[in-house]
Amino acid sequence: MSGGHSTYTPKTGFGRWMDARLPLPRLIYDSFVAYPVPRNLNYAYTFGGILTLMLVAQILTGVVLAMHYAANTELAFGSVEKIMRDVNSGWLLRYLHANGASFFFVAVYVHMFRGLYYGSYKAPRELLWILGCIIYLLMMATAFMGYVLPWGQMSFWGATVITGFFSAIPLVGDWIQQLLLGGFAVDNPTLNRFFSLHYLLPFMIAGVVVLHVWALHVTGQTNPTGIEVKQKTDTVAFTPYATVKDGFAMVVFLFVFAYFVFYMPNYLGHPDNYIEADPLKTPAHIVPEWYFLPFYAMLRAITFNVGPIDSKLGGVLVMFGSIILLFLTPWLDTSKVRSAVYRPWYRLFFWLFVADAILLGWLGSRPAEGVYVALAQLGTLYYYAFFLVIMPVLGLIETPRRLPNSITEAVLEKNKAGSLETQPASQR
Amino acid sequence: MFLHALGAVGLGLALATSVAVAQEEGATPHYPLKKPEPQEWSFAGPFGTYDKGQLQRGFKIYREVCAACHSLDMVAFRNLEDLGYSEEQVRAIAAEYEVQDGPNEAGDMFTRPGTPSDYFPSPFANVEQAAASNNGAAPPDLSLIAKARGVERGFPTFLFDIFTQYAEGGPDYLHALLTGYDETPPEGLEIPDGTYYNPYFISGPALAMPPPISDGQVTYEDGAPETVEQYSRDISAFLMWAAEPHLEARKQTGFTVLIFLVLFGGLVYLTKRKIWAELH
Repeated sequence: MSGGHSTYTPKTGFGRWMDARLPLPRLIYDSFVAYPVPRNLNYAYTFGGILTLMLVAQILTGVVLAMHYAANTELAFGSVEKIMRDVNSGWLLRYLHANGASFFFVAVYVHMFRGLYYGSYKAPRELLWILGCIIYLLMMATAFMGYVLPWGQMSFWGATVITGFFSAIPLVGDWIQQLLLGGFAVDNPTLNRFFSLHYLLPFMIAGVVVLHVWALHVTGQTNPTGIEVKQKTDTVAFTPYATVKDGFAMVVFLFVFAYFVFYMPNYLGHPDNYIEADPLKTPAHIVPEWYFLPFYAMLRAITFNVGPIDSKLGGVLVMFGSIILLFLTPWLDTSKVRSAVYRPWYRLFFWLFVADAILLGWLGSRPAEGVYVALAQLGTLYYYAFFLVIMPVLGLIETPRRLPNSITEAVLEKNKAGSLETQPASQR
Repeated sequence: MFLHALGAVGLGLALATSVAVAQEEGATPHYPLKKPEPQEWSFAGPFGTYDKGQLQRGFKIYREVCAACHSLDMVAFRNLEDLGYSEEQVRAIAAEYEVQDGPNEAGDMFTRPGTPSDYFPSPFANVEQAAASNNGAAPPDLSLIAKARGVERGFPTFLFDIFTQYAEGGPDYLHALLTGYDETPPEGLEIPDGTYYNPYFISGPALAMPPPISDGQVTYEDGAPETVEQYSRDISAFLMWAAEPHLEARKQTGFTVLIFLVLFGGLVYLTKRKIWAELH
């Protein structure tokens, strides 16, 4: 994958035979053993590996769950309970899968914020970033459809609300909504197609992940300094250095994941989803899963009409727009310096953006009334301003700090500072 | 629980209709009027286990009181072995119930005594009948009720809940509801006819279920106090078991998994240290 500088030499006769016919071992060696990574990657860079692990875990648990699940409105809720009660370790599989979705999003948000902090989207990595955005979109679609499958109250009403967004689109909206639903309301055809797509999309995600990793291996990783690799001492081999570091991060991540799965498996879910779907009974509060809450807050922040655009269409446009902005990020950021480490002002606005996203998430869970609406509008304004005003303008006016000449220099400087600090201790 | 804790979104379908409606809805008071008081439960915490004596008492209450109106569709008689009953006892309990079977060779449905593989029969033939016999409000099935109810914990409590492993919102709610009928409604609060004021009810000031149990109604053989307070605790624990029968296995497996991850993580970390040390 890394193109043109393969150092693989087959050691056995079989290895040479394979290499001449299907050089798969060479591909794996070049991509995951010899592949050079910057030596200064911190733990924020381990989430790509964690995400791969989560994707595989979700597919494995999901395939087994699908063996016991019945995609029919009459049977779905009962079949999930059957898994929880009677299938061997069924409770474990389902809790792993349901909480796995949440932790998949935890990992992807850290991964994305890391990209925004270190400017990972900048040339020549625009396509790498966009492929990541596509994966994120596919993840959202998969998670949403998966949440419908247990056929609880939140499944049903969440599906009703979210497919309702599409009806806001002029001219084709109703047609799109009916296509998604397979009718005029959420019902058996909806459940059937959502199950089919929920099984399909993860494999599409896996496909785009291959492209994402391919693009990564062409350009190479960024690193906390944002300076490109210049010399051999800037990098280390993927194996063992990155493998063992990623491995350690995975175990830590799994620890937190397991804590939720085994001790608070329903903390991230909604009690109403343990009530079977009832089309005649609307829950008092319809709330999406936590990972959609910031977008939900932005959707509801638009309470006013703008010219021909009514508040409903406005909300939908603002919500989808907030994701489109991610796709445009490589061209919205005008700064020549990649990493926030050397951009004091960007760093400030970045952390404000993180706080803003968390605030929007909280507001998404509040009723759309009183001060919450005004706060959500402010939060939405900052979200848009961050991408459309701060990113382009700051790049032109900000004075970045002095950049080191190379990764090696940055590492050596840091080590020197570190050893000076610890000197008194070592003299003792 | 997290979403619920986070989530009093006064929206309903308003999204798809209009935000003005949502604001009107938001103006209504939020329920429940009072939050449930957290109780001590034997099944709480990382090493929690069900108290079998308590589950048996709770089961007795279900049979003698709740079962008159509430079904328990997802629990089979065979599951009762979890409560400490022997196979023979389970067989005997099952045989006390008449279950419908069939069709037989003549094509007719018939009833027969239950067997351990049968599920608890429902007190009503269908939801419509259940509603018709209960003032229009069908009593909910109780199989999952302890996981299907949970009162919003509010900020910042819902964050602390992660570290205290608070996952007993359901039984706390049930206990509060069952012991919450005594209070007098505040002045000016209108209680609709045929409903009973209870400030702990999650979706309104009053509910259609009358106070279901009174002191001394169910006889305990193990000497536990025969009070509404004790009855409420026991039935809530029983319903938690009904909703989450594998809770003990889950927590025990979890402990092993976490210990493994700590030890394995420690080894991986030392390996990482050693490998990277050669670099500097």
